[in-house]
Amino acid sequence: MDLLPGILFLQSILAATWRMATPILYAAVGEVFTERSGVLNIGLEGVMLIGAFAGYSVAFESGNLVLGLLAAILSGILSGLIFALFTVTIKANQIVVGAAFNMIGAGITGVLYRVFYAESGKVLSLKTFQPFQIPFLGDIPFLGEVLFNQNIMVYATLLVVPLASFILYKTAFGLSIQAVGEHPKAADTVGINVPRMRYFGILIGTTMASIGGAFLVLAYADQFVEGIVTGRGFIALAVVVFGSWSPWGAMGASLLFGVFYALQLRIQAMGSVLIPYQFLQALPYVVTIIFLIGLTKRRVQSPKALGVPYK
Amino acid sequence: MKDCIVRMENIVKSFGSVRASRGVNLEVCPGEIHCLLGENGAGKTVLMSILYGLYQPDSGDIYYKNKKITIGSPKDAINLRIGMVHQHFMLVPTLTVAENIVLGQYPAWKVLSDMPAIQEKIYQLSKEFDLNVHPEALVQDLSVGEQQRVEILKALYHGADLLVLDEPTAVLTPQESEHLLSFLRELADKGLTILFITHKLEEVMQVSDRVTILRDGKAIATVNTSETNPRELARMMVGRDVLMELMKKEGESGEVIFSVRNLNVKDEKGLPAVKNLSLEVREREVVGIAGVSGNGQTELALALAGLVESQFDEIILNKHSLTQKDLSRLNHLGMAHIPEDRQKMGLILPFSVSENFIAETYRNEPFSKKGFLQFRTIKDYSNMLVKKFSIRVGDVDEAIANLSGGNQQKVVVARELDRRPKFLLVNQPTRGIDIGATEFVRQQILAERDAGSAILLISTDLEEIFALSDRILVMYEGRIMGEVPPDHNRVEEIGLMMAGKTEATA
Repeated sequence: MDLLPGILFLQSILAATWRMATPILYAAVGEVFTERSGVLNIGLEGVMLIGAFAGYSVAFESGNLVLGLLAAILSGILSGLIFALFTVTIKANQIVVGAAFNMIGAGITGVLYRVFYAESGKVLSLKTFQPFQIPFLGDIPFLGEVLFNQNIMVYATLLVVPLASFILYKTAFGLSIQAVGEHPKAADTVGINVPRMRYFGILIGTTMASIGGAFLVLAYADQFVEGIVTGRGFIALAVVVFGSWSPWGAMGASLLFGVFYALQLRIQAMGSVLIPYQFLQALPYVVTIIFLIGLTKRRVQSPKALGVPYK
Repeated sequence: MKDCIVRMENIVKSFGSVRASRGVNLEVCPGEIHCLLGENGAGKTVLMSILYGLYQPDSGDIYYKNKKITIGSPKDAINLRIGMVHQHFMLVPTLTVAENIVLGQYPAWKVLSDMPAIQEKIYQLSKEFDLNVHPEALVQDLSVGEQQRVEILKALYHGADLLVLDEPTAVLTPQESEHLLSFLRELADKGLTILFITHKLEEVMQVSDRVTILRDGKAIATVNTSETNPRELARMMVGRDVLMELMKKEGESGEVIFSVRNLNVKDEKGLPAVKNLSLEVREREVVGIAGVSGNGQTELALALAGLVESQFDEIILNKHSLTQKDLSRLNHLGMAHIPEDRQKMGLILPFSVSENFIAETYRNEPFSKKGFLQFRTIKDYSNMLVKKFSIRVGDVDEAIANLSGGNQQKVVVARELDRRPKFLLVNQPTRGIDIGATEFVRQQILAERDAGSAILLISTDLEEIFALSDRILVMYEGRIMGEVPPDHNRVEEIGLMMAGKTEATA
């Protein structure tokens, strides 16, 4: 029997896995910091959308992808400041503010996109970050195609995750973030400024989420469409829990989502399958959630002060 | 003039309309153990929180080592070498001991590459003071006593000259308390100054050099411990004479109201906690269960209240034999229960005082008619209970969480006793409440006995057992070791049984 089609099928799925996981991974790693600091930002979906639109419009107008990425980062910082102002300084309910972000994100980007792009008659596509092969490593059969033929924003996750882990566990900053999420009063009594640490936690989260959003237009699809994030912000929230609030855990959980996302894309592309495509599209979401339910029985505790405003 | 390390002058602090400190003066000498004695709400913790920089005083001056200072934050306090062990520990459970100790001490960008060296330093310090703390252990894996040692070590690591401890023995077993007090004496002998907040008179007498008594936000007096006695301290603390011994009426006990035969209960981990235990309680009788905490008392109470499953040959209440299923609706069968932990089991903290009063009876007439709560009836009833049990509360619609511990406990006691139970199960009725409330609660329990109830009292406070019981059973490792009458001459016998000697060998 000929094994080659099977191997090629597997190779194409695995090669897509990492790419599919990337936007979720950026958002989830950032949200790990937010939640570890005691703040739950369910507005990630909205923040990612705003990041995606900011990234797309600047990159499109300037013709420069890096400028687009910087614009997305700026939008993330802005979103974060607004979110933090309401949840930390004013101490509004985090769920309400987060939900508002999701609605505003969808609304604003939708309106702006229609006004400036959808009916403008312009050619809307960008030239995205292109995959490039790593010399030598890219020539390894199978693995080379799977791991070493990606674009820059995908490779960057290899740097982001260990760096995030190092900051969270091995620096004074990381300890402070953990402390204000677990026992803010204790942090206060040793001189840590609790609101300031939570501002940082939120800003890291929204900035990373915006980068994740920008990835979708700058390194994946080549243009913005309304609602392009399609629930990835919510999956990132699930991934944080599933990854037990650690950067490496978030990476594992994102890859799980990625593998099923790639699988369903591949099955759709085969064309001859009788399953309605809506079911296939739902697959990665459903599977991620089922795994989440099954595996969180280990019961890693969430940060104790998660969602609770301080004082 | 005497040299002092801390002088607080005329400290005033208000929270809204509540005046917590109304011009307090305090002087502490270097190297002494100085107790701050007062009831709950007297302003002890607030005063110490001001000294530690958690609150800013509205007015008043603080002098430290002969310099006038302002302490703007805990960080300032730490830099001034003031350490504080809070009543609720300020440790992050998910971090290690070492991480907790260095938390907040470095600039944010600092990479913690020298953790092994820090751990070694902590280990040496722990050895020097014989604290037996492992720097790499996660705080959440430590016992309460160990966590307290970590808190003390944290202060020592930061080089504290002045150590403030807020009711440190409230969470400890008697043995741990004993150990802590002698350890504090050693520290003082090494030159550390210790400020010790408490409302327990015995501790003041045992450990302190001097004591300042606080009442209603004012310092009433500072006295040398060697020149005072518990009765005088209690009078200054409460503002009136306190009955140190309750009057217990002699009375014949009647027939058996409650009995249990061969009860077996498992603890949370599934290990046997109560083993073949049998007892009976008669009409007009208090049976006290003495013992060191953790010998199955909690499980015994939970089982008798029907809150955990148990195996037994027979439980008889009021001549009816009960099944496991009956146990879960015991309050309908004439039993009342004052649980060990009022905040977790006795009360619903976010609810109002009156809602807590009717928590068990809200479905019944007259509090509810045709499914609707009768607010006026409930309010009248609540006001009646508040008055009868002299509970200090502004309004019965206020959240119970705002009341002091003593008043919260009175609410539980009022609710349970007003149902006129045939059988009353009481577990640690006065733990963590002030002397005035303690006196009141104990009187109520005795009054209930005189009215004819059968009462089973579980307490780790031997003084309380003696004050209230007609018969004392001593519990050790889930078994009853023997029965002793409440005769002070037989304390030693009880002590031996508490340590596991049976009646025959004691």
